[in-house]
Amino acid sequence: MPTAPDALFKSLADPTRRALFERLSRHGAQTVRRLTADSGVSQPAVSKHLGVLRHAGLVRAKHSGRETHYTAQPRALAPLVDWMSYYSAFWQDKMDRLEEVLERMEP
Amino acid sequence: MTTPEPSTRSVIVEKEFPHPPEKVWRALTESSLIEQWLLKNDFQPAKGHRFNLRREPMGNWNGVIECQVLAVEPGRTLSYTWGSLGLETVVTWTLTPTDTGTHVRMEQSGFPADREANYKGATYGWRKFFGSLEVVVAGLE
Repeated sequence: MPTAPDALFKSLADPTRRALFERLSRHGAQTVRRLTADSGVSQPAVSKHLGVLRHAGLVRAKHSGRETHYTAQPRALAPLVDWMSYYSAFWQDKMDRLEEVLERMEP
Repeated sequence: MTTPEPSTRSVIVEKEFPHPPEKVWRALTESSLIEQWLLKNDFQPAKGHRFNLRREPMGNWNGVIECQVLAVEPGRTLSYTWGSLGLETVVTWTLTPTDTGTHVRMEQSGFPADREANYKGATYGWRKFFGSLEVVVAGLE
């Protein structure tokens, strides 16, 4: 993971940045203008927040014409996710489903 | 492919089923049955076979888990790599016959221990914030 976790923590400590990141994660690429319209803060403020997110590797900027499109990079979150807890719950659930499938199967 | 080093950790889930190993084996290795309890897939029980497990795309994640079969011992052992969101682990199924059916052991190995140790505390504190992000990242159902 190339990005230092400090940068990740700091960038997501701010609620406005978390909201921007979540919006990009859910809705795909968006322009600064669009993000500004939805966020309730000024365009320069949104641009500054996007810069911090970009520094942390959480968003990527792509220029097309005069517009810049930002996309979320959820992979950058990998250091923060507790994979072992996630997969423990995941497999417990899958084992229960496996049991249901076995009940339904022909002997 | 990375060989799990001693510094890695595993998730182990075990369960007893009142069904014979042959039947459990079918559920673990027939594509249409796998889909019913795990995910959509193009699995084939052949060593070296590359396959995908697919779930609904979320955010920027296309929902694809990239896998390769490492070992197939019919009725006994099945092992494949599990690559998703930049983390590659190995999933190994071990079936053991019992008096009443089958003991099934799933071990997912290769989790980086250092990372886990370093971030465990931090993750705990941040869990509240990441409740919704985790859904995006890991695709919880």
